[in-house]
Amino acid sequence: MTDHKRDIDEVSGVETTGHSWDGIKELNNPLPRWWLYIFYATIVWAIGYMIVMPAIPALPGTGMNNTLGIAGHSDRAEVARKVEALHTERAAAASRLVSASLSEIENDMSLQQFALAMGESAFGDNCATCHGAGGRGAKGYPMLADDIWLWDGTLEGIETTLRHGIRHNEDPDTRRNSMPAFGRDGLLTPREIDDLVQYVLNLSGREANKAAVGRAAPIFATQCVSCHGADGKGNRQLGAPDLTDHEWLFGGEPRDIQQTIYSARNAHMPAWQGRLDDPTIKALAVYVHSLGGGEK
Amino acid sequence: MAIMDKHQKLERHSLLLTVGILVVVAIGGLVEIAPLFYLENTIEKVQGMRPYTPLELKGRNIYIREGCYTCHSQMVRPLRDEVERYGHYSLAAESMYDHPFQWGSKRTGPDLARVGGKYSDEWHLDHLKDPKSVVPDSIMPPYAFLAKKKLKYDDIEDHLKTLRLAGVPYTDDMIANAKADLVAQASPNADFDAEDALVARYTEASGREGTVKISDFDHNPKAVTEMDALIAYLQMTGTLVDFSTYEANDLSNRR
Repeated sequence: MTDHKRDIDEVSGVETTGHSWDGIKELNNPLPRWWLYIFYATIVWAIGYMIVMPAIPALPGTGMNNTLGIAGHSDRAEVARKVEALHTERAAAASRLVSASLSEIENDMSLQQFALAMGESAFGDNCATCHGAGGRGAKGYPMLADDIWLWDGTLEGIETTLRHGIRHNEDPDTRRNSMPAFGRDGLLTPREIDDLVQYVLNLSGREANKAAVGRAAPIFATQCVSCHGADGKGNRQLGAPDLTDHEWLFGGEPRDIQQTIYSARNAHMPAWQGRLDDPTIKALAVYVHSLGGGEK
Repeated sequence: MAIMDKHQKLERHSLLLTVGILVVVAIGGLVEIAPLFYLENTIEKVQGMRPYTPLELKGRNIYIREGCYTCHSQMVRPLRDEVERYGHYSLAAESMYDHPFQWGSKRTGPDLARVGGKYSDEWHLDHLKDPKSVVPDSIMPPYAFLAKKKLKYDDIEDHLKTLRLAGVPYTDDMIANAKADLVAQASPNADFDAEDALVARYTEASGREGTVKISDFDHNPKAVTEMDALIAYLQMTGTLVDFSTYEANDLSNRR
């Protein structure tokens, strides 16, 4: 076995490797040619790949860069190029959109379609998480498809809200106004709050305790009118909701209203300027404006 | 054939063969992996990265404990559609203080690498308590219990020390004040000196203003809960690096 004489297998006529286990010998068939050539080809390919593509990292301490490859390929450069190409493709329509007024958009079918398509897709990822698909809203997250607006329902107003957010402290231009936590911070007693709840129920024409409404009138006049107005119809300048309608962002049951007065709600919307580019923000404003309640 | 004779020794001694295989495989591994620890341009040079604050770190631990990574990746890949949806592609530098990193490989839910600041604290609270309340189609399970569980942070100094061993640049100051920093970040308007100290410490490490968010994340001023920690962590993800100073075209940042 170790003398390596040519040992030919009688049955097949093929040389054996000379290894023998319990009399069983291994035929020394050559590797299939096709397999061998592919194997060599992969080695050649690897060498070629190292030359063409970025492959060898820079040695530490040499101040050199990784090899770039003669093709100059870079995934990161590639994505930058594709994003750039996308923005170039949109550029003409996007720049028209950014400066267009509401009537200009409404009178230009192709611009409107562009804005709505762009707005819808951006809304799905960025806005629908809170405001719901199609802007249907949820408790604590205003419905955008109706004609009730806390701050501003014009195209410009919606755009401002998108840019700077609501009570987004990091943005100096954010829409900022806070309702005090009348109960938690001890501004009103629990009894006064209970009376106020009746007063607010009465504002929207619901059944309320007359005596409590009477007791609460002076409290409302001193504590609430500055934002919600003497008639309770709210003030959009201050983001103070209309208390006389039947729409309640945080629930309209006496218990919800009591909670709101006790600890205040002061919902927060992040500012999108910086995260989204100008055309996307404008497109979102157009989309939200089109959902049903956009104002002139 | 002399080489065959020598090879026979390997083939006939299983232990020797095992050692031989180990040596050969180790060479491959060393050549591929070891240089990555010494290469200077594996991690991009960026401004703004800082070690996680104690509260964010605790939140990260909860993220790992609850297996969030099984459904959420934290890796915006360099592809056009991902960059359009999530923002700038993730950099190696952004996970350099992650031990272990949370890149993930599967997206049942969306990528979270840039979720920080995208939604409000209230939304995260509502969503973690009951995902269907805000996203009706969601199949994410509710994590309402996090809001009831008080955060255990007796061992926070040890976490920081351990990470320092792994190369995260926590200073002695950060370790000594870890508990105070943790409480301060979740308790706005409680102890202004502690808040200022926390912000100063981590702003210095970051070199960039505004990376430390102080908030009562779970709207429960009475306790620091696991919910506070998790939301603090989520609101930080992807917000540290200053991309206005990042040089994407620099040759050392090419990939």
